[in-house]
Amino acid sequence: MKAFSYERPNTPEAAAMAAARPGARLIAGGTNLLDLMKLQIETPVHLVDINRLGLDRIEATSDGGLRIGTLVRNADLAADARVRKDYGVLSRALLAGASGQLRNKATTGGNLLQRTRCYYFYDTARPCNKREPGTGCAALQGYNRIHAVVGASDQCIATHPSDMAVAMRVLDAKVETVSATGARRVIPIADFHRLPGNTPHIETSLQPGELITSVTLPAPVGGRHVYRKVRDRASYAFAVVSVAAIVDAADGRVRSARMAFGGLAHKPWRVEAAESALAGSTLGDASGAAFNAAADGVLAGARGYGHNDFKIPLVRRTLQAALNEAAAG
Amino acid sequence: MKFENQAARDDGSPGVTRRAVFHTGAALATVTASSIVQAQAAPTASSAVPGSQAMAELPPQRMAITLDINGQARQLTVDTRTTLLDALRENLQLTGTKKGCDHGQCGACTVLIEGRRTNACLTLAVMHDGQAVTTIEGLAQGEQLHPIQTAFLKHDGFQCGYCTPGQICSTAGMLAEVKMGMPSHVTRDLNAPTGPLTDEEIRERMSGNLCRCSAYPNIVAAIKDVSGVTA
Repeated sequence: MKAFSYERPNTPEAAAMAAARPGARLIAGGTNLLDLMKLQIETPVHLVDINRLGLDRIEATSDGGLRIGTLVRNADLAADARVRKDYGVLSRALLAGASGQLRNKATTGGNLLQRTRCYYFYDTARPCNKREPGTGCAALQGYNRIHAVVGASDQCIATHPSDMAVAMRVLDAKVETVSATGARRVIPIADFHRLPGNTPHIETSLQPGELITSVTLPAPVGGRHVYRKVRDRASYAFAVVSVAAIVDAADGRVRSARMAFGGLAHKPWRVEAAESALAGSTLGDASGAAFNAAADGVLAGARGYGHNDFKIPLVRRTLQAALNEAAAG
Repeated sequence: MKFENQAARDDGSPGVTRRAVFHTGAALATVTASSIVQAQAAPTASSAVPGSQAMAELPPQRMAITLDINGQARQLTVDTRTTLLDALRENLQLTGTKKGCDHGQCGACTVLIEGRRTNACLTLAVMHDGQAVTTIEGLAQGEQLHPIQTAFLKHDGFQCGYCTPGQICSTAGMLAEVKMGMPSHVTRDLNAPTGPLTDEEIRERMSGNLCRCSAYPNIVAAIKDVSGVTA
């Protein structure tokens, strides 16, 4: 690990100002950043510790939703009675991720900002446009089993690793921030993470130093909340493919459905146009035209890179399983 | 709490280097009043361009902290890079906490910070200044073993024993989580009170602790046994 100086500011504004300095990084849970610093993939010269800023509460908002402080730990968010009751897909996604120890440390804002687990991003001996822009992408011709099948570019086929972010996307969460100038803004989760394009090293719409202060959830979204995660072992593994779904149905017919996917792209993947295909269909009818139209919509433009070709049919099957789970009540 | 700038301390040569003096001077010009802690040597921002590769390297930064370890206040001065795990093992000679993977994947380094189980390898000692840490050395009361330790002995919940301190500290934290009603990935109903600790629940909740000897059946038996006592 490279040497760094360390400070612990008193206010979000002071933290944003400190973090805007070249080479500075914010640290909260640190479970991803410190791992990357040990491997010298991240080499900050200054760490700004935000753990004691008090942004660790979950409060009701005036429109019936919740405001989740950026420092709320993943374990506490998953266990919150309001989240368990009204936002089950979020609890389920959080509980499907990491280990008990990591969920005790990892934070809401930090989870959104975690970096890809692409093997080549981690291997400093190999080219990676995300780690070192302009060097190339070793995954394109390499072992790309865990990589993206939608939204990728010829510069980067990495995926976003978060489970929580997929649930936030299906819930239409909003990210609230403060910048080094003290300006505050709200970023819809759909616009928060970026596709790689020609700048895979720029992963979010945050500006240098801009600090996430909270994430807000809208008023509860009715329907069955399901998070279905396919992975290589039963626990403590990243998603190969995951689906966050909220299905509102009555008498076996879908009134409305939302679905977002993990493991497919550089960001949580959601195609709203595909969701409307399910409205009015028979819940759990995976052979019907409505299901096929929805799955085709999600996978429009999908392509495999060899080792990850299996993900494309797996998306359909995982969606089918999630809808069956919703049908089972 | 204060920082020291002992540039050469970690490479064995004495004295303060020219680079350290340069950095200290630059930092003094950029000190902000908002910080409750402030490094004497901070990065030089003026001539650097964004991007980690272009940043000048800093000399080692040291900082004095106090940790409450197993009920005892311990003062130490650490390089800011020191993980809590290395502070325990190397600075405080508390070698009961083990280093396995050092990347948060195996759980051998599990300790309780303010009562919550945490991977000590993935957090910095300076981030826990003033906080309470319980290690495997702090669980027993004198010669009286903690009930979890007794259960691991009774059920032979280990072979080589290297993962055992982490398994036991993780169990202590996990049972507290169950007591607080925290659900797990395998909990059927998120809104029902936490039921009995089944084998399935124990395996899921303990999945952050690996055992390469694969003593899992006996670990599960030990935890199941003790969960009735301490839950």
